[in-house]
Amino acid sequence: MKQALVQKLLALFCLGWLLLSFPLLKLWDHPVSLFGLPLLPAGLFAVWALLIVVLAWLMEREVG
Amino acid sequence: MISTTLVVVTGLAYLLLLFAIAWYGDRRAAQGRSIIASPWVYALSIAVYATAWTYFGSVGRASVDGIWFLPIYLGPTLVMIVGWIVIRKMIRITRTHRITSIADFIASRYGKSSLIAGLVTVIVVIGIVPYIALQLKAISASYLMLTAPADPAAPLAAARWWQDSALYVALALAGFIILFGTRHLDVTERHEGMVAAIAFESLIKLLAFLAVGLFVVYGLFNGLGDLFGQAMANAELAGLLRFEAGAHSDYLFSQWFGLVLLAGLAFLFLPRQFQVMVIENVDERHLKRAVWVFPLYLLLINLFVLPIALAGLMFFANDGADPDLFVLSLPLISRHEALALFVWIGGLSAATGMVIVEAIAVSTMICNHLVVPVLLRTQRFSDRTAGDLTRLLLNIRRIGIIFLLLLSYLYFFLAGEAYALVSIGLISFAAVAQFAPAALAGMYWKGGTAPGVLAGLGAGFGLWVYTLMLPSIAKSGWISGAFVEYGPFGQAWLMPEQLFGLSGLDPLTHSLFWSLLANISAYVLVSLWSRPSAREASQAMLFVDVHQRAGGAQPVFWQGRARIEDLQRLASRFLGAARTAALFDHVNGQTAPGARAGEADARLVQQVETQLAGAIGSASARVMVASVVNEEDLELHDVMRILDEASQLRMYSRALEEKSHSLQQATEELRAANEQLKSLDRLKDDFMSSVTHELRTPLTSIRAVAEMMHDDPDMPDERRQEFLDIVVRESERLSRLVGQVLDLARIEAGHAEWHNSDIDMAAIVDQAVASMAEQYADKNARIEVSGERNPGLIRADADRLIQVLLNLLSNALRHLPDQGGKVRVDVGDSSDGVTVSVIDNGPGISEPEQAEVFDKFRQVGDRQRRQGGTGLGLPISRQIIEHFGGRMWVESVPGKGAEFSFFLPRQSAPEITRAAVDTREEEPRP
Repeated sequence: MKQALVQKLLALFCLGWLLLSFPLLKLWDHPVSLFGLPLLPAGLFAVWALLIVVLAWLMEREVG
Repeated sequence: MISTTLVVVTGLAYLLLLFAIAWYGDRRAAQGRSIIASPWVYALSIAVYATAWTYFGSVGRASVDGIWFLPIYLGPTLVMIVGWIVIRKMIRITRTHRITSIADFIASRYGKSSLIAGLVTVIVVIGIVPYIALQLKAISASYLMLTAPADPAAPLAAARWWQDSALYVALALAGFIILFGTRHLDVTERHEGMVAAIAFESLIKLLAFLAVGLFVVYGLFNGLGDLFGQAMANAELAGLLRFEAGAHSDYLFSQWFGLVLLAGLAFLFLPRQFQVMVIENVDERHLKRAVWVFPLYLLLINLFVLPIALAGLMFFANDGADPDLFVLSLPLISRHEALALFVWIGGLSAATGMVIVEAIAVSTMICNHLVVPVLLRTQRFSDRTAGDLTRLLLNIRRIGIIFLLLLSYLYFFLAGEAYALVSIGLISFAAVAQFAPAALAGMYWKGGTAPGVLAGLGAGFGLWVYTLMLPSIAKSGWISGAFVEYGPFGQAWLMPEQLFGLSGLDPLTHSLFWSLLANISAYVLVSLWSRPSAREASQAMLFVDVHQRAGGAQPVFWQGRARIEDLQRLASRFLGAARTAALFDHVNGQTAPGARAGEADARLVQQVETQLAGAIGSASARVMVASVVNEEDLELHDVMRILDEASQLRMYSRALEEKSHSLQQATEELRAANEQLKSLDRLKDDFMSSVTHELRTPLTSIRAVAEMMHDDPDMPDERRQEFLDIVVRESERLSRLVGQVLDLARIEAGHAEWHNSDIDMAAIVDQAVASMAEQYADKNARIEVSGERNPGLIRADADRLIQVLLNLLSNALRHLPDQGGKVRVDVGDSSDGVTVSVIDNGPGISEPEQAEVFDKFRQVGDRQRRQGGTGLGLPISRQIIEHFGGRMWVESVPGKGAEFSFFLPRQSAPEITRAAVDTREEEPRP
């Protein structure tokens, strides 16, 4: 196991944990809409998608 | 409303299709051409996580609590980020030890304890029954919705007969699972066909949910903007789009955190997740892609949950429609019955997928960890030594499946109606989360002990029962709710949902907090206070260091005496004849070193135990092996000794590997050197014969004329003078030859003397040409000099360069034709150095010969022309030129003469000569 990958995954885990918990979640909690979508669900799904994209990038870049 | 017949037939046809897929998957697996050996299939099979709870319940929860349906999917996403670290380790451990279930995993880590395996199994059964009941409820409720009159307000409970239909569904599923999961006599833990069917179901449920989502957003509304716009115009619905929607207290953060944590832990340790993710894993590398594909699946299947919930609330405002079934009622009310049927199939997929895997996993656990240990202790069972027990094991599992589904039906019958789908699921999650401390810490901390696990699990599970399970039963009216309201015996501080007066949290977070707190504390404290047994210590090392112990250097923690025959008989009882034969195939006829004939070594005993563990679990396998062998108890110091030996063995084998590698390299080098020596030896032989020949020619003539002079004392003086001239000339030739041989030897050995000075190459050329002029004239050959007349000075040994030029000139002369021979010496000057070429019009040298012309003792050309040459002139010349940092080469076109050239560098010459020259030759320079 490449140690660098392990460290990156742990860092991403911490980042995900922070982004998906309070108080950062509070930032999305406003009664406004973005392109017609309510901010809170849109923000949550965006953060979620971002984590998946970064994870996919990390894992697929690794050879073997 | 869709006709009952159509729905039932569609449902049965779908199940048949699943069965066909499973059958095909098993057949391909038997042929060794697996259809599930793909990261995509693996990821889809992990998506069995999304059950009817996701499919129906998420919408239900979203319509009440808004965004709060999401943490259940964010938890697994976060876990998957570190999946490559954690899950991969679980897979590696499971494969190494042939672990069959999550109970086996924990029990095996803590010294293969039957007690722990049993306790975990009991917790799983109690915790998971409501969860399976939830699936039954979903199937029958959705079936009812589909076949009921198209009035959503019509009360579902009015139809009494469908309660029987749930029983029917449970029994049908039980039969189906028995066909699915326990068809083989082979009782290994893997089920390729089932995995293929589950992956297919995951695909269907995703497509169905996306279909209904798109229908709602673009069919009933004009896109997401329109839908959310209308929802936000309604103050009540707009509230669902805020955090406060689902949190009725000041503990927003705690509840969110609790749900994410709960889902993450449950995702890892739910029996069905462990089954598909760890046990059914075909190749560790599939995990690499699955860790991001699975979260993506969760994201997609949740994309339309909120829109559907909002749409349902707007369509059925206050008319009592069940939000859990919005995915069906929305297509039905707009008379899209085909879509509704497809959505129902999706829901059926979600529910059956979960029930199938869960029932197989849990029935294996019941069989291996509850029934078999009891059977092993009964006299009658152990008397049946000869019988093949694989069929018995399969039957136990079948009964386990029926038992589990009937139990679930009972729960559904008694308590099912009181709860929304989500609440039931969360109760199960909280039970399974109790395994996290023992399992996770067990993989990374060697200090955990079996008493610690028993204490932790006991405390955690007890608190779970008290704070979550009992209140839920009370709320369904089965037992009196008084103790929930006022505390047992009126003791308010013992109220199950506000234990020790902790109020404000919702019941789930409250229960999770207390149970995990007690669980972790008891596990850690008792572990620290108790000493691990030798077997616990050895298993701890095998688990924690699994990545360091790849390959054959696994330490074997066993000592004692065992007969191969006994082991063979034991194995055949649980594994069947064919697999036993395969297992013992390679040991037949060979005896372990140091053991008597027919006796098994520790490694074989361990292999048999591992194989048995794959069939009946590690704890039972341990008991069975111990019953047929004569083993010595392991002490802690034995474990340390075995470990030391193993690591020493590893060290030795690594050192040996390095040694053999370097040895091989040395052999290669020696072989190459030997080849070179051989060819040199051949050249030397050739040279010796050629030198002897050359020496003999002058000697013969000297001897001949000397004899003539000796025999004829009256020889005239002129003639005698002539003979003496011959003697002198031939002697000179002899000494020249000997001198050259010595010279070459000196140069090669580095003992040659060099007298360096700044020299003008043109002058050197002139000098050499002048001294050869007479010999050229004798042969009627012309010699001329061309090129640069004033080349830059070169620092070199003048005598040596003259020697080189004389060699080249006499070499050319020997090969010149008898008439019209011509040699030109060309001097070229550049900033780098001086190039001198000697160009003749002789026969030239062919390409292969050009390569050899500078080899020592090698003379090219026809025999006659070699006369007078020694085969040393060119090699010596080249050595001299290279000594000054230059190079010498030949160019020739056969038939058109040859051109020998050398180049001497200007810049590097001083350094090179200084380095190579003896210090005494250094002259002080002004």
